[in-house]
Amino acid sequence: MTLTSASPPPTEAAPPRPRPRARRPDRSAYALLLPALMPVVLFSIAPLVYGMFLAFTDARAGRDVDTSLVFLENFGHLLDDVQFWSSFRIGLVWAVTVTLLQYAAGMGLALLLNQNLRLRWLARTLALFPWAMPPVIIGLMWRLVYHPDAGVLNAALTDLGLISQNIDWLNDFGWALPAVVVVGVWTGMPQTTIVLLAGLQNVSRDLGEAARVDGAGPWRRFTGVTLPQLRSVTVAIMSLNFVWNMNEFALVYVLTQGGPGGMTRLPMLYAYEEAFRYGFFGYASAMGVAIVIVVLAVLGFYLRRQLKEAEA
Amino acid sequence: MAAVSAARARRAAARTGQYAALVCYLVFLAFPLVWLASTALKTPQEMALLDPTWIPLEPTLANFAAAFGEQDLVGAARRSLGVALCSAVLTVLLALPAAYVLARYKSAVNRVVMGWVLVSQVFPFILVIIALFMILRRFGLVDSLAGLVLVHATWCLPFVLWMLRGYLRGIPRVLEEAAAVDGAGRWRTLVSVVAPLAAPGVAAALMFGFVSSWNEFLFALILLKDPGVQTLPLVLVAFTGPEGVARLGPLAAASLMAAVPSLVFFAFIQRRFRGGLVDGAVKG
Repeated sequence: MTLTSASPPPTEAAPPRPRPRARRPDRSAYALLLPALMPVVLFSIAPLVYGMFLAFTDARAGRDVDTSLVFLENFGHLLDDVQFWSSFRIGLVWAVTVTLLQYAAGMGLALLLNQNLRLRWLARTLALFPWAMPPVIIGLMWRLVYHPDAGVLNAALTDLGLISQNIDWLNDFGWALPAVVVVGVWTGMPQTTIVLLAGLQNVSRDLGEAARVDGAGPWRRFTGVTLPQLRSVTVAIMSLNFVWNMNEFALVYVLTQGGPGGMTRLPMLYAYEEAFRYGFFGYASAMGVAIVIVVLAVLGFYLRRQLKEAEA
Repeated sequence: MAAVSAARARRAAARTGQYAALVCYLVFLAFPLVWLASTALKTPQEMALLDPTWIPLEPTLANFAAAFGEQDLVGAARRSLGVALCSAVLTVLLALPAAYVLARYKSAVNRVVMGWVLVSQVFPFILVIIALFMILRRFGLVDSLAGLVLVHATWCLPFVLWMLRGYLRGIPRVLEEAAAVDGAGRWRTLVSVVAPLAAPGVAAALMFGFVSSWNEFLFALILLKDPGVQTLPLVLVAFTGPEGVARLGPLAAASLMAAVPSLVFFAFIQRRFRGGLVDGAVKG
């Protein structure tokens, strides 16, 4: 359209001329999209479609293995797979806990950052820090924190008199999952905090003032006035966090590799093992499809409930 | 009077509570980083102490030297550097023309691109990566850094496209129209008028491309099986293996250095927050 307005006005002698001239740039505009489009189609859309197709086959890792359609057989196996269900349960516990804690912790921090406190600049900078760290380094860093002998956590807890013996946090059946959840919350807090802070800055102060005059305490004002105004922000960030957490891999892979004894084996770690350790490509793809369905179902349920509450 | 002073006391108590909470957050956010830095600066002797110290008694850079002495780490860092540079340049080359079109024309393509960015979040990587592995194997691009460059460039393309589009929108059209009147074709306009004006945006996009490739773990884990071609994140993780306390120092030092590109990018972006770059990208 740019060029249309820039081209010289058509002379009355040749009225049909400008039309083909105006059309030509549009074709070249699409040509400019092509370099970006090709790799995306080839290396992300095609693999996604093909990956979903693989879920209905018995594809294996080998180079020249015959692959045949088995339709829903993989999903039948999934239903009987005790290990899958256990990793699925762990995945749900992980995703729900981390998402809720991220929200609670992010909300607390956002509320504080929204106040006129000293040291706020430091908190703002530090709050973004986990975001700036590569996931692998986050994993390695927390392994140093949790290290049974040289870790700071055991030392601090011993000094406080809370434990008498060093705990091997990431290898302990009871402690591994909570320890990993803490790292998940630490990692995901920045995004949540920033989104909630942006939401808080749009909350109208007048309503809060009115509620204060009417004698509402801080907690009543928060739940009655602030939270309802943050509803759409809350729904958006909770949904995104849930999806991200359900698909988490690198962080936990670096921290525990799914151990001890599968206590932190999230669904993605299990699928990774099935595919690239044992070579069951079709089965692992079926797991991927199952997880997508679950994620969409949970999201659908959550969004519908939120919508109903918003109407009520 | 009593009511007023009671209210004031209550407010002071609330302030104290707020500061206490803020300090808790600061400690939680900062202590892993402090610990990483502290571990990187400790001597092996100090590392072996039963009661670990927060601040190194005799800070030393020996661990950094030791990290540079590890052939695996240095080789991996060099490969990561190459992959990250290539994929950053490739991403921007592929994205810039498309970003220009998306910035100048309102079309359905815009919505499709944004839709894809969102949809690609929902799908677990396992669905993509198995098929991607098979496709790349067919082209002989498994265990090859060229294959990894292609994958990295593809996967940060949508976001780079979005960043550049936001930036290009801020460039006045008048300049392009002038070039068009002077008879420059679309490619000419793009190369000699738009690209130089977009330089700061392109620089940010290059940095983003570099950092996301430098940090990337998952694709590298699956596509690079041969230890001789593995990138830095893989080698760092393998380096921890059987955790000898003696190796923790060099590991911490190497981790700190590996985080530097991200931290630089983050500092750059944070300063630019008011500069409009991110604004443009967000409001786009």
